[in-house]
Amino acid sequence: MKFLEKIVHKQEPKFAKGGKFEKWNPVFESFLTLAFTPNHTTKRGSHIRDGVDLKRTMVTVIFAMIPALLFGMYNAGHWDLAVEMGSRDIPFWADQGTKIWRGAMIVVPMIIVSYGAGLTVEFIFALRRGHALHEGFLVSGMLIPLIMPADVPLWMVAVATIFAVIIGKEIFGGTGMNILNIALTARAFLFFAYPTSMSGDKVWMSGLEETGGIDGFSGATALGDAASFMTDKMTVAGDVVTSETAVSAFENNYSLMDSMIGMIPGSIGETSFIAIMIGAAILLFTGVGSLRIMASFFAGGWLMGIVLNAVGGNPYFDLGAEYHLLIGGFAFGAVFMATDPVTAAQTNIGKLIYGFLAGVVAILIRVLNPAYPEGVMLAILFMNVMAPIIDHYVVQANVKRRMKRLKTA
Amino acid sequence: MSKTVKLRKGLDIRLLGAANKVKTDVPMPKVVTIKPTDFHGLVPKMLVKEGETVTAGQPIFQDKYEEVIKYVSPVNGTLKAIVRGAKRRILEVQIDVSDSQSFDGGTAIDVAGMSGEQVKETMLSAGLWPFVKQRPIDVVADPKQTPKAIFVSAFDSAPLAPDFDFVLHGKNKEFQAGLDALGKLTDGKVHLTLNGKAPADATFTEAKGVQINKISGKHPAGNVGTQIHHIDPINKGEFVWVVNAQDVAIIGRYFLSGKFIPKKTIALTGSEVKDPQYMDVLIGTNVADILKDRFTSDNVRVISGNVLTGEKIEADGFLGFYDNQITVVPEGNQLKFVLTKGWLGPGFDKFSNSRLFPTFLSGSKKFRLDTNLNGEERAFVVTGELEKVFPFDILPMQLVKAAITDDIDNMEALGIYEVAPEDFALCEYVCTTKINIQDKIRTGLDLIQEECM
Repeated sequence: MKFLEKIVHKQEPKFAKGGKFEKWNPVFESFLTLAFTPNHTTKRGSHIRDGVDLKRTMVTVIFAMIPALLFGMYNAGHWDLAVEMGSRDIPFWADQGTKIWRGAMIVVPMIIVSYGAGLTVEFIFALRRGHALHEGFLVSGMLIPLIMPADVPLWMVAVATIFAVIIGKEIFGGTGMNILNIALTARAFLFFAYPTSMSGDKVWMSGLEETGGIDGFSGATALGDAASFMTDKMTVAGDVVTSETAVSAFENNYSLMDSMIGMIPGSIGETSFIAIMIGAAILLFTGVGSLRIMASFFAGGWLMGIVLNAVGGNPYFDLGAEYHLLIGGFAFGAVFMATDPVTAAQTNIGKLIYGFLAGVVAILIRVLNPAYPEGVMLAILFMNVMAPIIDHYVVQANVKRRMKRLKTA
Repeated sequence: MSKTVKLRKGLDIRLLGAANKVKTDVPMPKVVTIKPTDFHGLVPKMLVKEGETVTAGQPIFQDKYEEVIKYVSPVNGTLKAIVRGAKRRILEVQIDVSDSQSFDGGTAIDVAGMSGEQVKETMLSAGLWPFVKQRPIDVVADPKQTPKAIFVSAFDSAPLAPDFDFVLHGKNKEFQAGLDALGKLTDGKVHLTLNGKAPADATFTEAKGVQINKISGKHPAGNVGTQIHHIDPINKGEFVWVVNAQDVAIIGRYFLSGKFIPKKTIALTGSEVKDPQYMDVLIGTNVADILKDRFTSDNVRVISGNVLTGEKIEADGFLGFYDNQITVVPEGNQLKFVLTKGWLGPGFDKFSNSRLFPTFLSGSKKFRLDTNLNGEERAFVVTGELEKVFPFDILPMQLVKAAITDDIDNMEALGIYEVAPEDFALCEYVCTTKINIQDKIRTGLDLIQEECM
């Protein structure tokens, strides 16, 4: 790589202070640090430093998302084809080439738009502030497409990304300073600004909206179907049925196995529990993701499911607690969203409380609030806001321990 | 009542270049230097002019605001130069070493019959006082205070640190005399803390008049700050004094011989040193002779002290006042290509406390680490990593943030009185976002000293 180094050394003076392109130094710096770990050395304090840096940490998260991304692509392609065939029951693993191609045509443009829009904003802020690009958006830019419905227009992805980066992050000061998770801010923005494109029965499969609906073909997700349980009188195929029949009809439509593998409609990255768990394994093995948050998030959701089972009364309450962990964005939220270290609680005990409450609230909103079929996004955003309070009490406990020692001494 | 402490947190950075347990002779240095910058916060007032002759033990400068604290010449010689930096701040006081050095001929001082006040006065006038440091703030002790305890650590757990068992072997008498003197300075106890993982030398195990504690675990188990926290923690308004084990022996030597003989054994260590080993030197010695023909590569950094807390010096620089080792590591001022040695590389040459590099699988491999930052400074992003290497019941990240924001109330509440910058050295090492944590803590301590002490 000597020739690259030569180029760098030749160009460096032009971007240095007083050089021709001084103003563009942040851009130069950003690309330089992408290609090379810079030659900065320690000045004082610890003379050697850990090999890890933020770039490696962030890229590990991206690696962890790849299984969910690849499966999401295939799944999007599958449902795209299903819409064209007019049947939900076409075999999942057939026509793989077509599905991969169609899926890629749906997902890749979203990724390009998300990174394009986000990085443009990031560079503008980097130039204004005169620092190199910070790494936070590398992860957000990949997360945003993964939590979008397949049929979302690309311009919405762009608008949401720009909104999230500016309002969610940059006005607070950039990477490490934000209060809300960036990717979820983008999704929440679309959810409230363009509800028809973010929820309902027609957005989860690419191309369904344009057909204007097909007779006898539902584009609903598992959550959409489950939410319909909340009406007073349950109907399956036009007949009023009991809660038990409704649940078993649901279980027929979405078997545990299908939800586990992810052969159901939903946001791009959220459907496959297995793919997400591969990501979780990578995050936990490398220590990048917090086991405390992930585990307590699942525990919270599961316990809330059990509590609802015990209350009973309508089919959604009766739905098995394990289902809640598998369908919708629960697993994806637990692994990739709740664990965002900047917006989560920062103390070790705080993380446990934060994860648990987020899991509880997610299922609470999902089941009890008919306006929002999915509660994970809102639960995590809510807990993002609450995290500093949780930390405050954990910190105060530590402070009190020290005060007590003073009194006894 | 001795205490045994087991630590579960910490990190041993495995570096190449530990010193072999062999002592070599080094010639008497031509120049020695006392650096006022070694004593944080000191404003020196010179007592000797350039060109004047000085004898070993003669005060050469004193604390401008605490005039009883004298800093003495380690040798006979002439004052060569006073090196000044910005705003005429004195950085170094260099002394030409004369040919005649005599370390004999004093008379022993009987510690047992002295009062605490007498011991204190003796130490102050003999130039022994700077060896005594205080917590909180981590500066030379304020002689007006009475400490609730005095702590001496019998081992150093820092990377490549010298083995005190080897260094102080056979110096029982001097060490004991030093402990006796220190015992007079406090109404409380003198704590001597041994390494719980390895048997200690008789110098330590047979020490009298002290409470012997054991602590086991990874670095920073040997840091006296860790030991204080687990054995007798400091509350607001309390003082604890600490003395390095080798300096205890120097103090003891003074009481035994009546002479200031600042000789100590240091370890020459680091991956870039040929044949790393121990040697007897004077405090403030010039390292040029020691390092001559010793480097195995050109582009190196010489550190007085260990890699975590030491001070960068030139290859012809001087040993710091408190330092027991010299470390030489490769300088990391090269660009590192992303796929080979950079952030996307396989990382077989990187030592990390995270599991992001394959090297965490090899539990015993030793590394040649350079001074590259391995990244760029960012705001705090990753949480939970500082806690893994910080064996205190203190929330490190919150305390650092309080220090960064000059938040005195929170610093006090979160335990700033118990820590010194060196306690955060490992935090600084592991920090993903490359924040200079020791510096931030020092700034916080300065503010506390100014406002609250």
